[in-house]
Amino acid sequence: MVDVKIPAALASECGGERHLAVDLADDATLADLLDAVAATHPRLGRRLRDESGRLRRFVNVYIGDEESRRLQGLDTPLGGREIQILPSIAGG
Amino acid sequence: MAYLVLIGTRKGLFTATSDDRRHWSVDGPAKLDKDGFTAVAEIYAAAADPATGRVLIGASTFFGPSIWRSDDYARTWSEPENAPMAFPQDLPYRPLDFSETAGIDQPDSPETNTVKRIWQLAFGPGQRVWAGVEPTSLWTSDDGGQTFTFNQALWDHPQHTTWASGAGGPAVHTIVTHPGEPEKLTVAISSGGIYQTEDDGHSWHGITKGITVDYGPDEAPESGQCIHKVTRDSEGTLFVQSHGPAYRAGKDGGWTNISATLPSNFGFAMVAHPTEAGTVVAWPVGESMDRTPPGARIAAWRTTDGGDTWASWSHGLPDENYYGTVMRDGACTDGDQADPGWYFGTRCGDVWAAGDDGTWHQVTAHLPDVLCVRAMVTP
Repeated sequence: MVDVKIPAALASECGGERHLAVDLADDATLADLLDAVAATHPRLGRRLRDESGRLRRFVNVYIGDEESRRLQGLDTPLGGREIQILPSIAGG
Repeated sequence: MAYLVLIGTRKGLFTATSDDRRHWSVDGPAKLDKDGFTAVAEIYAAAADPATGRVLIGASTFFGPSIWRSDDYARTWSEPENAPMAFPQDLPYRPLDFSETAGIDQPDSPETNTVKRIWQLAFGPGQRVWAGVEPTSLWTSDDGGQTFTFNQALWDHPQHTTWASGAGGPAVHTIVTHPGEPEKLTVAISSGGIYQTEDDGHSWHGITKGITVDYGPDEAPESGQCIHKVTRDSEGTLFVQSHGPAYRAGKDGGWTNISATLPSNFGFAMVAHPTEAGTVVAWPVGESMDRTPPGARIAAWRTTDGGDTWASWSHGLPDENYYGTVMRDGACTDGDQADPGWYFGTRCGDVWAAGDDGTWHQVTAHLPDVLCVRAMVTP
């Protein structure tokens, strides 16, 4: 079971909860996690990724204490680490 | 009878209501979503359907673009669970930018086409809704804006190799419906041109030839022109504000330059009168390299003879220097057939309203820069 921290700006997509528990295989990657989230919470899924499957520019996903883009991106194995979604609230 | 104005800005949607089009109550920025992040959304597109009272808003945020719907005059909002539109991922990537390959498909590119912004929403018969999107594409919904189908025929038009980006982004930014001709639609692209279908979007033909440019090697190209806005008067004549002169369509094709008595050769917004053929209002801008109102005076300019002559319509507007321009969707009428109201907003965040050829009254001031204004009569 993977624990995903949800930002306040997306909490209503999880019924107001700031955590989402996702059941995944031990060798699951970030892409597997986001696929699972999109399957059960489609609106949350499309907030995070565009239709090509890429993370949106201002969406950061931390795996443990490292942002996924600094790891292997969507191919990063989760390895039992906590997942935190942190949007960059950007722009004037 | 009351009036509702939808004001889309760079930072959210504002609404204004009035019983007399003089005294306004303003609310916003609206939280279209439950968490409120749409209060900082870019609102490029708003549409109001007086027949049903339905309102659609195209909002673009750092969580992607989406469409919100209200069936109670912008009081409460809903959004589709699934993405209302998504590019086919087997479509070759098409850069629509300032590069030398702009408009040319790149089948070997790892990049893909993805929806960036919704620039225009327009109601059709029944549950039909059209959406103009960045990157340059047209989409059709037959369920009131819940789900949209990509228009492949326009995307595949051979002239797409002449399409590129305007400074604001590459988009189908204008959708003109033709009342009584449900199979006909006119769309405008910046930069790209003007295209028409007469078979409900199955095929398209360009109608841009005759609109000249001073920013390319060919002064009179078939396509590729930077079109800023197209509007249709009550008898079906099209009027165009290009990145350069304004034009009137000829009855048998072609275009007539109608900028001779306008204060400049440039602008964005242009709106036709809902019932008086030949009456059109424009909001000129100095020039391509001077994006402020001519003479630093904010004014609408009105023609009643199809653009042969124009006159300033500015009573009630500021008489001191003013530098806010009216963007391509920053003006509209409320569609009232008997007594249409006119509305416009500027990049300084000011919005005005007037009765037909009447005095302008300020709706609101000091909002974020206004991207679109739409209005409707409400019960």
